[in-house]
Amino acid sequence: MNVLGAKIPFLAKERLEAAGTHHPLSPLPSRTGADDQRIVFEDVSKFYGEVLGVNRVNLSFPSGITSLVGPNGSGKTTLMNLMTGLVQPTRGRITVLGISPHEPERLFRKLGYCTQFDSFPKGLTGYQFVYSYLRLFGHPHPVADALAARAIERVNLAEAAHRQIAAYSKGMRQRIKLAQALAHQPCVLVLDEPLNGLDPLIRAETIALFRSLAQEGLHVIISSHVLHEVDAISDQVVLLSNGYVVAEGQIHGVREEIHEHPMQVLIRCNKPGDFASRVFQQDYMVEARILPDGQGVLVKTRDADRFYLLLNRIAQSGIEIESVAPADDDVLSVYEYLIGAEEPTK
Amino acid sequence: MSSSRLPWALWRAQILAILRLEVRKSFFTRRGFWIYFLAFAPVVLYAVHSFVELKNGARGDLGDDTHIFAAIFQFFFLRLAVFFGCVGIFVNLFRGEVLEKSLHYYFLAPVKREVLLVGKFLSGLLAAAVIFGSSTLLQFAAIYCYFSSNTLQEYLFHGHGLEHLAAYLGVTLLACVGYGSVFLAAGLLFRNPLIPAVVVLVWEAVNGYLPGLLQKMSVIFYLKSLCPVAIPEGINADRSSLLALIAVNPTPASPAVAILGLLILCVAVVALSSLQVRRMQIDYGAE
Repeated sequence: MNVLGAKIPFLAKERLEAAGTHHPLSPLPSRTGADDQRIVFEDVSKFYGEVLGVNRVNLSFPSGITSLVGPNGSGKTTLMNLMTGLVQPTRGRITVLGISPHEPERLFRKLGYCTQFDSFPKGLTGYQFVYSYLRLFGHPHPVADALAARAIERVNLAEAAHRQIAAYSKGMRQRIKLAQALAHQPCVLVLDEPLNGLDPLIRAETIALFRSLAQEGLHVIISSHVLHEVDAISDQVVLLSNGYVVAEGQIHGVREEIHEHPMQVLIRCNKPGDFASRVFQQDYMVEARILPDGQGVLVKTRDADRFYLLLNRIAQSGIEIESVAPADDDVLSVYEYLIGAEEPTK
Repeated sequence: MSSSRLPWALWRAQILAILRLEVRKSFFTRRGFWIYFLAFAPVVLYAVHSFVELKNGARGDLGDDTHIFAAIFQFFFLRLAVFFGCVGIFVNLFRGEVLEKSLHYYFLAPVKREVLLVGKFLSGLLAAAVIFGSSTLLQFAAIYCYFSSNTLQEYLFHGHGLEHLAAYLGVTLLACVGYGSVFLAAGLLFRNPLIPAVVVLVWEAVNGYLPGLLQKMSVIFYLKSLCPVAIPEGINADRSSLLALIAVNPTPASPAVAILGLLILCVAVVALSSLQVRRMQIDYGAE
């Protein structure tokens, strides 16, 4: 979803080309009360000395799971640090549910941030770590104790709660950080590479946890290198490259806007040869390739809407169509089309 | 916001929570063992002195020992032990956490940065006050322990003994407050604590030769004014010596002015530090 709140993808690359410049120049949005329900970046830039962190970012995150995707140095962590006030923007304005990061006493009652720093205060057990920082909220002992126990339970670390963090595995450290970030029951959860170091079982459980948090109405902002996981869990994605937002929105919408790469659609049908000859007569079709198993066709089209209309007519003409599925309507494909060689882990 | 609406109870709870996290770090850091060495070296020195005097059956001279105590307190304890002890404790309140990459946990809590600063300062002050206060107390006990009980009772309860002890403890506490605030600020402003430490050390050393206004912008000016026993004349008789340079007594301030002046200096430095901590960003990669 773009800064104006409309459910259309914003494709910075196209705007760049149209403007003939390398910088995504987006108009500043007008502020509305809806900003109180969103995380909003307005023309935000961050430079570390002369090094670019992010440049001219205009974003607005609704609730649900939003994934920040991009290679190392693309600006994912900088965006997260900006929205949590760990770094301050060189220019622009950020609000999280209407609260400025300059107001930590208000912001962090609503926001939890699991950073990628694998470091902890020395000498604490997992429980002490979560409990001690809950006391900073002003909670009395019984409340902090109950919240800490619940958060640790939620990340499946109850058995190791009273062991020193120094003796934890990488995955356990990752989970205790997650517990600390969500212990105060925030409305916004910011997670920097939260699946790093988790084994497959815990990874699946953690993804399920993110889903349930999003269903509870939380804003869950995740950065990840692992594209197939991002694809599986995200409601919307933000693709970043070299400090610029390359595209943002629901992945399907983003894909539709990439006109230079024909849409690929996989059709399973009983007469793939007939199907291929029918579709290939259309001028907007680029390719129709019968699958090696002879049970379907992979088509490439420059106009998905007209292709789907054609598909209806073909189905009525006697060819039995079992399934239709976009073949490159995922984060991985979109990422490859937009960012290409700077590819994170697949 | 009127003062009645300020969330004092919340701030108090948050400061207590910070103290709970910090005190252990301040007292028991592996890197900070040398602070204990600095603090308790005079105790060992006095204990050895008393042991030798006892073994030799000497009766000692209360006046001499009082002057020796005063000189060591000013030359070594205040200017080196408390000074560098406060460097070790207060500089690391923020710097140490930056180096260990754990400061962000505080910055991600709903705590005003100013409250965090005060909480950390108080935790450092608690550690410094306990370490150096107990050292002062033990030094006092160690240097006089070989005197007869009658002499001690006379000195403590009918002379100025307890008064001196209270004054030394007060000066020690104020030294922790003053140097603590200075090195808390230094830890926020400098990556290498040695630079500010050397600058402040030189500034404090030449304090006696500075103009009156600049003298008041140092911690030692107020501390020297509060020390209960003057340094023996013989030590700074030769005003060209390095020791004399350090020992030069400026025009002393009255106790009330000295205490107030030191506290104002401390509040000013902490207030300046709060501006810095408010602007502080987490960029561990730059360290």
